[in-house]
Amino acid sequence: MKRLFKDYGMLLVLLLLCLLFSALTITTQYRVGTDAANNLYEQISSTTSQGATVMIAGREQAEDSLFAETLKEQLTADGYNVLETALGQARDGAQALGRIEASGQKLDVIAATHEASQWILFEDVASDYPTLGQPQLLKPQSYRWPNFLKKENLLNISNQIAVIAILAIGMTMVIISGGIDLSVGSLIALSAVLTSILIRNVAGAEDAGTFGMILCCLGGITACGLIGLFTGSMVTLYRVPPFIVTLGMMLVASGAAYTLSGGLSVYQVPDSFVWLGRGADLLSIPNAVVLMLVLYGLAHFLMSHTKMGRFLYAVGGNEESARLSGVPVKKVLLFAYVVAGLLAGLGGVVMASQLKSGSPTYGQMYELYTIAAVVVGGTSLMGGEGKMIGTLIGAFIIAVIQNGMNLIGVEPYTQKIVLGAVILIAVWLDKVKQQMGNGKGVLAALSPKN
Amino acid sequence: MTPESPSDDPLLEVRGLTKTFPGVKALTGVDLSLKKGEILALLGENGAGKSTLIKVLGGAHLPDEGTVTIDGTTVDIHSPTDSRAAGIGIIYQEFNLIPGLSVSDNLFLGQETTRFGILNRDQERTKARELFQRLEVDIDPDAICNSLTVAQQQIVEIAKALLLDARILVMDEPSAALTGHEVERLMAIARELRSQGIGIIYISHRLEEIFALCDRVSVLRDGQNAGESNVADINRKSLIEMMVGRELKDEFPPRQEVRGEVRFEARHLQRGDTVKDVSFKVRKGEILALTGLMGAGRTETIRLLFGADTRDAGTIHLDGEELQIKQPMDAIRARIGLLTEDRKTQGLVLPHSVRENFALPNLNWLSSKGVINGANERSAFDDYTRNLQIKISGREQPAGTLSGGNQQKVVLAKWLARDCEVLIFDEPTRGIDVGAKFEIYCLMRELAAKGKCIIMVSSELPEVLGMADRILVMHEGRISGEIENVEQSTQEQIMELAVK
Repeated sequence: MKRLFKDYGMLLVLLLLCLLFSALTITTQYRVGTDAANNLYEQISSTTSQGATVMIAGREQAEDSLFAETLKEQLTADGYNVLETALGQARDGAQALGRIEASGQKLDVIAATHEASQWILFEDVASDYPTLGQPQLLKPQSYRWPNFLKKENLLNISNQIAVIAILAIGMTMVIISGGIDLSVGSLIALSAVLTSILIRNVAGAEDAGTFGMILCCLGGITACGLIGLFTGSMVTLYRVPPFIVTLGMMLVASGAAYTLSGGLSVYQVPDSFVWLGRGADLLSIPNAVVLMLVLYGLAHFLMSHTKMGRFLYAVGGNEESARLSGVPVKKVLLFAYVVAGLLAGLGGVVMASQLKSGSPTYGQMYELYTIAAVVVGGTSLMGGEGKMIGTLIGAFIIAVIQNGMNLIGVEPYTQKIVLGAVILIAVWLDKVKQQMGNGKGVLAALSPKN
Repeated sequence: MTPESPSDDPLLEVRGLTKTFPGVKALTGVDLSLKKGEILALLGENGAGKSTLIKVLGGAHLPDEGTVTIDGTTVDIHSPTDSRAAGIGIIYQEFNLIPGLSVSDNLFLGQETTRFGILNRDQERTKARELFQRLEVDIDPDAICNSLTVAQQQIVEIAKALLLDARILVMDEPSAALTGHEVERLMAIARELRSQGIGIIYISHRLEEIFALCDRVSVLRDGQNAGESNVADINRKSLIEMMVGRELKDEFPPRQEVRGEVRFEARHLQRGDTVKDVSFKVRKGEILALTGLMGAGRTETIRLLFGADTRDAGTIHLDGEELQIKQPMDAIRARIGLLTEDRKTQGLVLPHSVRENFALPNLNWLSSKGVINGANERSAFDDYTRNLQIKISGREQPAGTLSGGNQQKVVLAKWLARDCEVLIFDEPTRGIDVGAKFEIYCLMRELAAKGKCIIMVSSELPEVLGMADRILVMHEGRISGEIENVEQSTQEQIMELAVK
């Protein structure tokens, strides 16, 4: 545990941020759906005896009808008599009460959702409908819980950051090898546009089959991989600084995406195309998040347990020493840029799938958020040092800050300022911590080396 | 300590200096005194506290206890600026010149001569020329610094210190990167400055220089004063004993008689103007030394053998087979290992752990299908650190924190684990202290005894004469002579061939 924090100091920052936003977003939570039904069922069975008559009320909504159906099933199975189910407005509730009154039956319990229980109609049923007896109004108990920590919100955060986190894997490799890749944001747009155009023009637009779509996605990803190969070749064969090559490729890829699409969104894709971006097949975790986690697992293994990983660190730490130790420097650098390109392509496919279209405007500024995630995750821009899991933590720090500020209602413009400041503070804290760890104070670290 | 007459008032007086780092007591009550117009040699093994002492004088470290007195006034040195203001000029091993700026821009950096806020370059140039005349050197003030030789850059550093009216000059291993001729030049400058009344603290591992140049010598050991003497009153052997704190029997391990068959051969190596038609053979178990002046093409030659640079022509043979060497990877596959002259920039990845540095050329046999076998890696590393007696705090210690001798052993371990048959040592003991030097020499002899071929490039003639079974001398890219009977040879004979 101690080592975990030593290696991944940013984990602490992430946890603190989660605590902060949890504390700031604590509100009263109303149960809905099955949860509400279960809660009400317990209340009803503890306050009344079997055979009691019940009316269920709620609004006309999917989660309310789920609530009504579940509750009715449970009550009927237990020998209760559900007389009416009113889903809609207060008027529908009044009509239902009228029908019960007309049938001459007594009513023991009104089981309403939180919203339906607010209907004025229910305030004084006993005097308005005297023949019904003394019906008891029951609603699901509320509880206090942070909005931030709701399961849907946490999954939402993961899904939102999936694209940047996937890109950041390649970026981490490139930065550890001593380079940088500014083209990944534009590659998202290129890949998204290319994939959706291929689906529209080749695979049969809205009627495209699964196999055809997979081929189209592979087309988009491969194109980005080839651009990565080109970047890597320029860096290794002609010694052009990666900053320059990838700056050029950033413009080329973005321009190509606009040219291919004519500047418009391409949305002629089948509904099933959103499976990757919006589906959630495994334990209701979004597929994009599962993909992201699998990729991080693989990347972590690559960096810490394989020859290629060791070579990436060595080349970034000291290229000449690495070369003189027999490291195939060119192959290693090519590998890093190709992987970065392929993953940017994959990120573009995920984004197209999330938004069910491909547009040349996707991924703007993503290269910078990606670099921020890598740096916040503790990877040195000088190369040779860094951890894959650190990058994942860095990506989550950025996502949590954005999400948390949305939840507490910070304006988008202000959000940028806060995000920038937090990135700086996070990296500064990490440096301070490292220097403490080396047994030196901040001041000693500032004095000249050796 | 000799009592000093009043006229001999010390220029610099350091008393009871103590400095503790977490876990290490770097200096304990160290005294040091320097007179006007005196060259004081400061000696000690690596880790003896020399660097810490200099850094205290330079304002990079604050001492825990102790005083620094200059001309009878106690000075507080809290920063490099304080140090400069007190008249101390320090020439570190790594120069502080900005490579892209001209000589005069570098000289006046931070104290530019201006007129109405605009740089007065002409005046700066004139001043720079005057300064170089005083040092009797010919350096163009307009030359860009990275076009200068190391020796010239060093002179610029000295000039920079003088420009700041330094009266105390500290030189940290100034001769480490210089050739014999350049060292002579440097010593002439030091003598000239001495005659002008400047006090010089001269740090060097090369004892010949100390005897040739210095007036007095002060030795540190384990952060404490180990002794002080006039240079005239001490000999080489007792000086070394003072440094290592024990009696030193020999500087070099005994020679063994090995005369096996020829294993390694280079034929007609050629590369541009630097290496011209170089051919030589190395026998089984032989230590072949390649020597000559800086720029004679020694390092360039061995870089061709290792594929670090590409050769224009020539062939390389091991055990009768011609080797196809185009890049270092090929040489390593052919079981040739290179211990580079500069371990810091070419031999090691300093921030990475010793384990990772050790494993780098060995990952091929430490992994299967690209996945590294961590247990094999650790046990191989442990075996070699034990055999070579590498002193480390643990496998994960960063290579940059090791002493020079231990760094060299890590590099050696890399190649031994790779089963190298030909080992090329480029300046094997540069920057390594006396005790560790002997260990490295012993290891070289041991390897030769096991039948390996050893090629050693060295500028230090005592080392060449003490270690080599055969000597090749290079001059301007060619082999200018060969010395077979090493034990009967002298430094003068080598120098004659080197300047031929």
